[in-house]
Amino acid sequence: MAVDRVPDIAAGRLNQEDYVANFSDLHPPLDRHQATVEADRCYFCFDAPCVAACPTGIDIPMFIREILTDNPKGAAETILSANILGGMCARVCPTETLCEEACVRQAAEGKPVRIGGLQRYATDALMAEGKQPFVRAARTGRRVAVVGGGPAGLSCAHRLATHGHDVVIYDARPKIGGLNEYGIAAYKTVDDFAQAEVDFILSIGGITVEAGKQLGRDFTLAELREDFDAVFLGMGLTGVNALGLVGEQVAGVFDAVAYIAELRQAEDLATLPVGRKVVVVGGGMTAIDIASQSKRLGAEDVTIVYRRDAARMGASEYEQELAQTSGVKIKHGAMPRRLVSSGGAVVAVEFEYTAAVDGSLSGTGETFVVEADAVFKAIGQTFVTAALDGADGMIELDSGRIKVDEERRTTLAGVWAGGDCIAGGKDLTVVAVEDGKIAAESIHRALSGSS
Amino acid sequence: MADLRSEFVGIKSPNPFWLASAPPTDKEYNVVRAFKAGWGGVVWKTLGEDPPIVNVAGPRYGAIHAGDRRLIGLNNIELITDRPLEVNLNEIKQVKRDWPDRALVVSLMVPCEEPNWKAILKAVEDTGADGVELNFGCPHGMSERGMGSAVGQVPEYIEMVTRWCKAGTRMPVIVKLTPNITDIRYPARAAKQGGADAVSLINTLNSITNVDLDTFSPEPSIDGKGSHGGYCGPAVKPIALSMVSEIARDKEAGGISISGIGGITTWRDAAEFLALGAVNVQVCTAVMTYGFKIVGELISGLDHYLDERQMKLNDLVGRAVPNVTDWQYLNLNYVTKARINQDLCIECGRCHIVCEDASHQAITATKNGRRHFEVVDAECVGCNLCVNVCPVENCITMERLTAGVDPHTGAPATGHLNWTQHPNNPMRVSEPAE
Repeated sequence: MAVDRVPDIAAGRLNQEDYVANFSDLHPPLDRHQATVEADRCYFCFDAPCVAACPTGIDIPMFIREILTDNPKGAAETILSANILGGMCARVCPTETLCEEACVRQAAEGKPVRIGGLQRYATDALMAEGKQPFVRAARTGRRVAVVGGGPAGLSCAHRLATHGHDVVIYDARPKIGGLNEYGIAAYKTVDDFAQAEVDFILSIGGITVEAGKQLGRDFTLAELREDFDAVFLGMGLTGVNALGLVGEQVAGVFDAVAYIAELRQAEDLATLPVGRKVVVVGGGMTAIDIASQSKRLGAEDVTIVYRRDAARMGASEYEQELAQTSGVKIKHGAMPRRLVSSGGAVVAVEFEYTAAVDGSLSGTGETFVVEADAVFKAIGQTFVTAALDGADGMIELDSGRIKVDEERRTTLAGVWAGGDCIAGGKDLTVVAVEDGKIAAESIHRALSGSS
Repeated sequence: MADLRSEFVGIKSPNPFWLASAPPTDKEYNVVRAFKAGWGGVVWKTLGEDPPIVNVAGPRYGAIHAGDRRLIGLNNIELITDRPLEVNLNEIKQVKRDWPDRALVVSLMVPCEEPNWKAILKAVEDTGADGVELNFGCPHGMSERGMGSAVGQVPEYIEMVTRWCKAGTRMPVIVKLTPNITDIRYPARAAKQGGADAVSLINTLNSITNVDLDTFSPEPSIDGKGSHGGYCGPAVKPIALSMVSEIARDKEAGGISISGIGGITTWRDAAEFLALGAVNVQVCTAVMTYGFKIVGELISGLDHYLDERQMKLNDLVGRAVPNVTDWQYLNLNYVTKARINQDLCIECGRCHIVCEDASHQAITATKNGRRHFEVVDAECVGCNLCVNVCPVENCITMERLTAGVDPHTGAPATGHLNWTQHPNNPMRVSEPAE
């Protein structure tokens, strides 16, 4: 099938005001009045379902009560004692499928308390003061290496530092923060919040950052085990799934994760080239984010194509709607079959409709073509076992990721792991934070000789 | 449309909703707006002797808020009218002339000397006003000068001044009572003894609404200091209802007419006062919160209520009085158990935790390992706390046991047994009293 068109990828499609508007805070912070009105809606439930739904178990009714009684900093302490990245989680958590879905007001009126918004109100109030509310215990002299400065690593490091241990965070990238810095959609974390939160976490003291240092390239796991009393692995997923199509290397076919990282680091959004017609393949948050951000960068037509139905998408219904409201079109039930290129650049993608038969998906034979100047691959990330640097024989894997026990211990003594790189990971910031916290407590027990 | 026309101690008004003597009835401008809005009558803000008193020039009000800043309690340190007597009298005369179908009663407060009362009564009579209300209630400011609640707290003074007034005017005399007293029946009886046509209650309660935790000044703060004020609004309604009922059922008060006051905000509040024996009601805080327009809701609500029950206004007055009794006459064999409607339950668990921590451990938190709130009859004492804390109306109800015994106590759940005959009562009698 020939598609007669010239690829159109260009930067600076919008004027400066539009960039600012398109990438401003998705959910502007609640002011004091709004927070009070919203906090007043909380019923202070017994054994609250929202707490059970929060992977980090934040005492939500208590922090909301603290907001209501005009004690936002007390509220922030309640939040941060369970989740030191409570500020970022307030911005990026899919609350509609976690705490807010469980809120009894959802059952009562279909309108949950805006827990995420309130959490941001409280944590913003405390962070605006820039004061670390936690006190570091007396130095123990024990040293822990944390590989990966993302949510899991930061959470683990802060908890360990609080217990008086000395921590070194190694991160392959120039900045730590992980996906908070390089992955989250820009309009969810404006004003360089990710780095502000990193600074806040590090202000506990006792944490040294070694940025630009990659496991396997700059140091080995064996060295870490030798030099430190414990090691925590939280390096996330660095591999990207391929479409598995012929000609995937042609110009115009991008890895969504890499593009988002570039976008997040861009000084000037007007310098980012964006296709006039964009096709995104995938159904998770990365697909939604790259689609929405492409649209906000000035793409004319953005289409997400997902092979299964809407309910099976990794992105929540709310996130799907958000993308649709930005003008993104979502097509369900089709998989890419062929990249159509012209002059070495992609110009369209041919898709085949799918049908689920006995739970397994297969093509129906019917096809359609979507014109595309840019095609983004967003069909999942993978754990790169090479990152284990030769220890992958000793560190058992499960479904391609690191196997851990309830305390986040790997099968290799003295090595813990958490975040997206472990088996059963939900690929959520808040889950990674909980992994880091649990691992830190386990490490602390081990180092205290009380395990 | 139910007939809401009301007659109180001979004073006619198109409905039983009057405005209490307070800032909303301070002058012609407000009163005319009130009448235009539909209020049946007003009690003009308390007149005193010249020279007029002086009010503070700083905050006069303090407030208590419920959720969403709904005002449920208001406190004030405002005094009686601060305008010259002549100005008020002229306006009263004009308003009465312009609005002959509305009740216009004038509140009065002068020093406890007979000539002073006689003089002001004469002046009010000349305006054509329908009656007077003796302000023996205000607890702040004027009481320090021997007026207001300083009179209302001494039954002998009430009787004395009331007698002067009855002798000094042909107008009906209403005595406004202060609730800042141990037993409201004594001042009511004194008013009756003095010949009063009616009592109105309650006036405001002594109160400090809050303390500024930075300046440590009570609120409302005047230059860093605060003085107790008079508390009113929805929060005082239960106190007022109880006091009204005490007088309504007091034989010695001899069926004196009552004008009910205290936190009336909705038609329901008003109907409850009427049911407990008030012949009409007076409203203030609700207007100070929402404006005069609320009278439309009061009229419509009472109208529908009476129509649906085929009742006349007078059928409602005192209807609940026979059901107000003393604790010792309550039926101890009346056994109720809480019932949780699982379809309405939103699983907040508040019923469980209050029963667990503050009552009788009678509500489950789980069933078969799942979150589930259910009443255990053997532990439930029927206290109703769960009903009161449940955020969903009618989700939890109290059901009466009609047979057998109370699974909690083993005592009978049928028949009638009150404290006067209960085996545990050393003073019991064989036949129940009352």
